[in-house]
Amino acid sequence: MSDCRRQWNREDELPVYLAGPITTGPNQRKSFGMFSSVEGAFDSKTIDFDNYAVGRKGSRTPRSGSRERLLDTGDPVGKTPSEPREGSLTNSPGDREDARTGVEVRFSTEKESPDGKNERLLIKGGRVVNDDQSFYADVYIEDGLIKQVGENLVVPGGVKVIEANGRMVIPGGIDVNTCLMKPFLGTQPVDDFLQGTKAAIAGGTTMIIDHVTPQPEDSLLEAFERWQEAADKKACCDYSLHVDIPQWNESVKYELELLVQEKGVNSFQVYMAYKDVYQMTDSQLYEAFSFLKQLGAVVLVHAENGDLIAQEQRKILGMGITGPEGHPLSRPEELEAEAVFRAITLGNRVNCPVYITKVMSKSAADTITQARRKGSVVFGEPITASLATDGSHYWSKNWAKAAAYVTSPPLSPDPTTPDHLHTLLACGDLQVVGSSHCAYSTSQKAVGKDDFTLIPEGTNGVEERMSFVWDKAVAMGKMDENQFVAVTSTNAAKIFNLYPRKGRIAVGSDADIVIWDPDSVKTITAKLQQSASEYNIFEGLECRGAPAMVLSQGRVVYEDGNLQTQQGTGRFIPRKPFPDYAYQRVKFRNQVKCVDFQNGVTRGIYDGPVYDVIPTPKYITPAPSAKTSPTSHQPPPIRNLHQSNFSLSGAQIDDNVPRRSGHRIVAPPGGRSNITSLG
Amino acid sequence: MSERRFSQEDDCSSLLSRLGSDSPRPRMKYGGMFCNVEGAFENKTLNFESFSPQTQRRRAARTRTDGGQTVVYPRSRIDQGCRSKTRRAPSRCSREGGCCSSGDRLVIKGGKVVNDDQSFYADVYIEDGTIKQIGENLIVPPGVKTVDAYGQLVIPGGIDANTSLHAPQKGLNPADDFYHGTRAALSGGTTTIMDHVLVEPGTSLLSAFDQWKETAEQRACCDFSLHLDITRWHEGLYEELETLVKDKGVNSFLFFMAYKDKFQSSDSQLYEAFGVLRDLGAIAQVHAENGDIIDEEQKKLLCLGITGPEGHVLSHPEEVETEAVYRAITIAKQANCPLYITKVMSKSAADVIAKARKKGMVVYGEPITASLATDGSHYWSKDWATAAAFVMSPPLNPDPSTPQYLTSLLACGDLQVTSSAQASFSTAQKAVGKDDFTLIPEGTNGVEERMSVVWDRAVSTGKMDENEFVAVTSTNAAKLFNMYPRKGRIAVGSDADVVIWNPKETRTVSAKSHNLTLEVNILEGLELRGVASLVISAGRVVLEDGKLSVTEGSGRFVPRKAFPDTVYKRIKARSKMAEARGVPRGNYDGPVHDVISMTKSVPPTPTTRGPPCPKTQPGPRNLHQSGFTLAGAQIDDHIPRRSAQRIVAPPGGRSNITSLS
Repeated sequence: MSDCRRQWNREDELPVYLAGPITTGPNQRKSFGMFSSVEGAFDSKTIDFDNYAVGRKGSRTPRSGSRERLLDTGDPVGKTPSEPREGSLTNSPGDREDARTGVEVRFSTEKESPDGKNERLLIKGGRVVNDDQSFYADVYIEDGLIKQVGENLVVPGGVKVIEANGRMVIPGGIDVNTCLMKPFLGTQPVDDFLQGTKAAIAGGTTMIIDHVTPQPEDSLLEAFERWQEAADKKACCDYSLHVDIPQWNESVKYELELLVQEKGVNSFQVYMAYKDVYQMTDSQLYEAFSFLKQLGAVVLVHAENGDLIAQEQRKILGMGITGPEGHPLSRPEELEAEAVFRAITLGNRVNCPVYITKVMSKSAADTITQARRKGSVVFGEPITASLATDGSHYWSKNWAKAAAYVTSPPLSPDPTTPDHLHTLLACGDLQVVGSSHCAYSTSQKAVGKDDFTLIPEGTNGVEERMSFVWDKAVAMGKMDENQFVAVTSTNAAKIFNLYPRKGRIAVGSDADIVIWDPDSVKTITAKLQQSASEYNIFEGLECRGAPAMVLSQGRVVYEDGNLQTQQGTGRFIPRKPFPDYAYQRVKFRNQVKCVDFQNGVTRGIYDGPVYDVIPTPKYITPAPSAKTSPTSHQPPPIRNLHQSNFSLSGAQIDDNVPRRSGHRIVAPPGGRSNITSLG
Repeated sequence: MSERRFSQEDDCSSLLSRLGSDSPRPRMKYGGMFCNVEGAFENKTLNFESFSPQTQRRRAARTRTDGGQTVVYPRSRIDQGCRSKTRRAPSRCSREGGCCSSGDRLVIKGGKVVNDDQSFYADVYIEDGTIKQIGENLIVPPGVKTVDAYGQLVIPGGIDANTSLHAPQKGLNPADDFYHGTRAALSGGTTTIMDHVLVEPGTSLLSAFDQWKETAEQRACCDFSLHLDITRWHEGLYEELETLVKDKGVNSFLFFMAYKDKFQSSDSQLYEAFGVLRDLGAIAQVHAENGDIIDEEQKKLLCLGITGPEGHVLSHPEEVETEAVYRAITIAKQANCPLYITKVMSKSAADVIAKARKKGMVVYGEPITASLATDGSHYWSKDWATAAAFVMSPPLNPDPSTPQYLTSLLACGDLQVTSSAQASFSTAQKAVGKDDFTLIPEGTNGVEERMSVVWDRAVSTGKMDENEFVAVTSTNAAKLFNMYPRKGRIAVGSDADVVIWNPKETRTVSAKSHNLTLEVNILEGLELRGVASLVISAGRVVLEDGKLSVTEGSGRFVPRKAFPDTVYKRIKARSKMAEARGVPRGNYDGPVHDVISMTKSVPPTPTTRGPPCPKTQPGPRNLHQSGFTLAGAQIDDHIPRRSAQRIVAPPGGRSNITSLS
């Protein structure tokens, strides 16, 4: 409370605003003012807030004026929103009657935004749901930030008031896995940053983290800049970027460092699949993990065993199976689970947090669960598709339908998978829900019509993400609303170091807010979606729970089915390295481990006889070994045969023992003389 | 009925046992019921038939009784007539190269015969190196040596499924070769070893095999069989493998997932190899450790200045083993190939195997003497020689509860075989790595102590019964590697590899008293209950009263046929089930996106990774041709395959692909 008091003293013009919550709030322990933004967290924004606001004002004013007609102060609170909501995702305003006022906006009459600079909003009568607690409170928003949370807030006049009527006010969703610009054989997904973010907002997601997917020879930095540029122009909601590392070499290291330290990227994806394209060997993964750990980045892993997939694909094509069913057949669940296991092992060895993208199967999820039980710092991200549907559609007679489901890892044909994943999500074994939204049109998918390996991979899901989690987990009683907020936004914000700017309704956070309508029921169909793809893999599924209103950066961008997005309003959100949520444990373990390793055993010098090694030049194989790097096939150095190696008082006798070719010589002959005193 | 039979088979009556009217278990079936696999011994190095002229007849007689009738001879019927018919052939058997005593006739009296399925009191009569009769009150020719086994167990001789008595490491030959190794094996109750032929990369499998076999035949004192370690897989090995499996009697091949840049196989290689082995009917074995991680960890540790043997265990952490086991199982599952994990050293690796078995995988795990008897705390010993003596891969686990845990899994059947992974290097040899733990030759002793360790840790603590003891020390190995019932069972017709086991006696392990040339013993000072008091190998008593009398070169090579039933019955059924079918669909006739700029997006395959697989070069596309057509038939012929893939269907060959789609 000290924080509150301090604030009170300072801002004497607002004496009442702290009184409310303490006396009347249902939850006495809440502490609104306790929350304070990380100092300097916003320093390196790409877009300056203040500059930005000028443009905003011009574009915003007419629309907010038009909304005044909704003014209806006497509307009874909690009016039942039970009318059928089919089509609530359309953006045609004609669908909406003014009478449907589940959430309404009105203006206090005195004056329009005093400085005209920023929209001021008050969300009244909502139930604020964070990941840790829920409470009834009003939320006051100004300048795109949440300024006050509490009851009986004292707000300046001319503020637009949104009546939440007891609905849930939740932090806007964060979709941590989208690919809105991932090229496939030179073509782009049909949902670009504009379409994709529109769809996201329509689904209650106010921030996406997109994957920058450079090709193996490309520069990461350039690709990053390309992505950022495209997104700055097009995105309608805030975004951030992961960078995929297509191959591991020395030059990548430099770029990674730059990206982390100057560009605000703290997460990088590595691939264990896509043999001969993106796939890294275990050694490379180990190096990459070690390096990224030093930088304080989160390692995202696409976990599938690429070697085996390549083999299986060949086998299945050889059997004459060329349709989309070949895709799941060639990527069985076990290969995913195996790679997850390996990735976790590597993560444990390096002591580096590992984030498994796209958890698609029960066994992969179980592997993560078990690793977490053993204390590994590992996070798992199921996606909309794996949470809402299963892989039986790959066997559809309709090629286009079957192909639409092609993503990798593939959806598991086991129909109990979604249920299992929801359970794990509810109990915290999986942490984040992504969408892996990467929409290709049917004609793009048809590139692989005679060979399933050429079908571009990706499904839709950014729009349906939050609704499905609500429908399958919260509405079923598996999860409470707080956990819902955690898995759809807070956890992601914590893991990727966006918290508390994103992922929480608190003073100082960005005003990315969703008013959630848990009772809305809609049937998902490609006709009514925002996404541009002509096929929706959730076609026909009914789903409870939908956003009633979405605020992004303090602006209403979606309201009862109407999108009011603006191209290019999305800001790049930089993220700092060493997110606490992922790295605190790692740091401590590091210290412990260092101590462990320094405890070499102090021994006397071994002075017994040493066997004479004759380095037979046995090992000059022409080495077409697959997984190994070509660097280390040199035969052991030829020994000087004139020199006798056998001595009973052997002191430096091993100087002539050839090191194994696989090793770097760590101790140069001159430099490490202290080893004998130790050993 | 008995009369009829009696008169009918007059010449072999002495072979038939009197079945137990007064035995404790009336339902048991003695050897007569037991039927050899037809042709199982065809490939033997030694010809049974040539052993003795009687064999033919006797075998014919035995098969006649196979009909299932129990033959009961009333006690009174055992008369002179019978006995007189018994051949009094000179007990010489003309075993080529064998010594004169190989045809010992022996009767083991009063012992309790323990097989993996049951125990019963019976006498065992041995002649010509095989078990001829089992039962009570056997009719045996006079002049037969009688071995008293009262109060002791008569068990099949142990089979040690993993030894490396001849495999050089870093140019060093093991201190204990076939002679010393098998000698020690016999003294511990092991009568068959299965040695690993380490094929150096680039050399011929067959020549390595021949060399090993020759050496072993000259030196070994007990029967042996051979596994092949394939250090560099390529498809050209197929023919050699086929020869080995079909003509040479090898049905198990080991692959390394560790030893990066040396022996390590990639996942692709393993998958291919497993597929080949499945088709040949062989068992895949893996040394399961992630070589990539180990390599990195070793570098790191050496950087940190840790050069002593403790670096070995630090650089080979448990997880690395577990991960590789998991991966190996996944690969084997995909390839539908039986898998045998050698040297299960840690709890978590054993758990992974147990779980995979519960999911129905055909996978077997082999803990070894060292992992069952001791733990890895000794790596931190102040005495370099002691610490180095424990160096092996995967290393012993520092967790002191590991032995207990592994024993429990062994007892419940989640692990199946115990072996020793014997590979002994003297301290002077180990000292090659005195300043760099990665140079220490890897291997521990254990062939001699193996049976006693299992008895002491599992049976005498009550975790396991004597039948399971027999199963894990011999029968399971015999079944897996297709030596059953010749080995691993006390039954009529089986090899006379018999051990009389004294469960009460104890012995203390010491480098001073063991039969190896090694000057250290990693189990030094351990007191073990359960000792082999008498060992019979190939019908000859080789250990009696603590005295070994072995003959160098008396060991025979035991060939093993492909497709062991225990392992392959399930695999065969699954192969039939596993055939995936495509979905018959109409031709997709919608629009197809034109892929124009693929020259940019198909990345040049980085040369550093992946085997040089046939790369499909996209080639400059013919720009005169429109890629867009609504009736798209062969339109995709010009679409470049993803470089990750080999082209399975060459442009000319697979025209039927369109008709299928």
